[in-house]
Amino acid sequence: MSASAAEAGRVPASRAAERRRRRLPRGAALWREIGFYLLVLIAIAVSLFPFYWILRTSLATNAEIANGVESTGLLPSHLSFKAYVDDFTQQHFLKPLINSAIVALLATAITIVVSTIAGYALARMPIRGSGLILGFILIAGFFPVLAMVGPLFLLFKELGVLDSIYPLILAYLVYTLPIATWLLRNFFSQIPRDLEEAALVDGATRLQALRKVVVPVAVPGVFTAAILAFILAWNDFAFAVSFLETPPHFTAPLAIVNFGQSNFQVFYNRIDAAVVIITIPIALLVLFAQRRIVTGLTAGSFR
Amino acid sequence: MATIAIEHVTKVYPNGAEAVSDLDVEVADGEFLILVGPSGCGKTTALRMVAGLEHITEGTVRIGERVVNDLSPRERDVAMVFQNYALYPHMTVAQNIGFALSLQKVEKSEIDRRVKEAARVLGLTEHLRRKPAQLSGGQRQRVAMGRAIVREPAAFLMDEPLSNLDAKLRVQMRAEVSRIQRRLGVATLYVTHDQIEAMTMGDRVAVMRSGRLQQCDAPQTLYDHPANLFVAAFIGSPAMNLYQADVDPEGARLRLGEQAIELPAKLRGDSTIGPYRGKSLVVGVRPEDLTDAALAGQDDSHARLEGEVDLVEALGAEKLVHFRIDASRLQASDARLSTEEDLDLTEGEIGAQTTTAGVARVPPHSAIRAGEHAVFELSPARLHLFDPDSGRALAERD
Repeated sequence: MSASAAEAGRVPASRAAERRRRRLPRGAALWREIGFYLLVLIAIAVSLFPFYWILRTSLATNAEIANGVESTGLLPSHLSFKAYVDDFTQQHFLKPLINSAIVALLATAITIVVSTIAGYALARMPIRGSGLILGFILIAGFFPVLAMVGPLFLLFKELGVLDSIYPLILAYLVYTLPIATWLLRNFFSQIPRDLEEAALVDGATRLQALRKVVVPVAVPGVFTAAILAFILAWNDFAFAVSFLETPPHFTAPLAIVNFGQSNFQVFYNRIDAAVVIITIPIALLVLFAQRRIVTGLTAGSFR
Repeated sequence: MATIAIEHVTKVYPNGAEAVSDLDVEVADGEFLILVGPSGCGKTTALRMVAGLEHITEGTVRIGERVVNDLSPRERDVAMVFQNYALYPHMTVAQNIGFALSLQKVEKSEIDRRVKEAARVLGLTEHLRRKPAQLSGGQRQRVAMGRAIVREPAAFLMDEPLSNLDAKLRVQMRAEVSRIQRRLGVATLYVTHDQIEAMTMGDRVAVMRSGRLQQCDAPQTLYDHPANLFVAAFIGSPAMNLYQADVDPEGARLRLGEQAIELPAKLRGDSTIGPYRGKSLVVGVRPEDLTDAALAGQDDSHARLEGEVDLVEALGAEKLVHFRIDASRLQASDARLSTEEDLDLTEGEIGAQTTTAGVARVPPHSAIRAGEHAVFELSPARLHLFDPDSGRALAERD
């Protein structure tokens, strides 16, 4: 890693020097650079515009939205936070948020515990047919979510557990577990065996070696798996809309879709305000975890 | 404080490969025993079986009075130093050293005291709060040692602990590891492929080849009386010169090509040379047993060996003279050495086995020069004789 980093540091330096020599006499390079940044700008604008528009709508009044874009323009004439307040006072958005948090956090916690142990076992233990198991896990991870809705609906109906958020957690595990297990197995198999053997000789049990040595070293992997699991569960709509029936049990995405249904009027600003609200945890998580993953990777260097 | 007894231990891997065959070695209480051999000779596997990291196919391993075959590593009360140190990257030096103690639920103040003591012995006191990534190779090696000594275990196991250090540091740590081991007086099994480490550090050295124990003796005994051709070629640097020689029908002289060496009376007996009269055998001469005849006093009991000098390496304290004689030198590929791939794997430490040249170690003021004809003197009593078929050493000289 250090060698390639050193190389990476050298190459741009020499290129920069080359550019300095060439820039003034030859305009073609300059235009190429301008063109490159223009394309980057366009790419950013295209991907960020929908977010901007959601934010802009959430900060507008319903009257403004009803009048259309022509009257308001790209920039809002004034900012109104009424939609955010309405979400909680009129739409009772707090309960779905709490439901979503419970479901996503529990699903993530269970995923991490189970997939850590399973991933470790698949990476380290001499299991007969572990290659086959891994292949099956990968297939399960890519199984279309909608294809699972039907069978799971029937199952939950037979068990009489429809319209509750807790069976939903089980449903999420169906696709968070395979992905997390696969990811962690690959992480664990990159950790030198010596490390846990040292822990075993130092007097640790297998589980202690896993908990105190292997998992801390695999922190970047565990975080990545946790983020994936959380995002999958937090963003889910397909399972929620199929298994939940009454508003007190709704998760946030399902609640947002139902915002307009009780009225004759659709409050787009309230919907978009709710979308902004549910995006915040994900954005924070990714920002925070990005740092964690980077520090985790450097702390993992040894020898 | 205990002994480590490896009794007729065999290791067969699931794929049928036999890594260790009927190994029988005992490390006495407080003894420093070195397990040495070329790569892939099974020495590390043997060590790992003692540690409990490898299942024992057959035989018994005893630590102290206990048979530990079926005990997990944690129940064996051994400490191990790994080749790549295997330091826990997320823990500080202090946590690394104290990890075993914290697992034993030793009181925190006691852990602190013992970690500090170990750090003091190893000169790590000012690094206790650092992470392994911030340490130099030598410091990491010390932390690995610290992790082992802080526990006061029944036995130490070391798997090539110095092989990742640069040459200078290795020499320094060699002495330091020996010093610590003697100070603690704990039975130590130390694996290395480096015969210099084996010679300098061990109370006894066990030489292994292809999973089999070749000889286990004190370093000097191993050097002076190698049990077979493999040990003779492996121990010593530069390596022993080995030549094919013919014995005359009376069993009084050896012929090396055109030259002849009179055998001393004690080697002429029926019990030694008897079966080889009129046949050939392998003769070995240590480089230091060949001296510059011009510098030696006339001694009729000494034989002479003449050769063409290819190269003289002046090392300051001595000169290494590379020469050729017309006797055929035993090749590394020779079946009787049976070390073909083994010898190549040991990073040239065995010496120039593949050339037909011999090496002599002469005093620095010797006038022998490259391109000239040189006369060496040797005491026939210092010759090593080996059976050409089995490679076994002929009866002891004295």
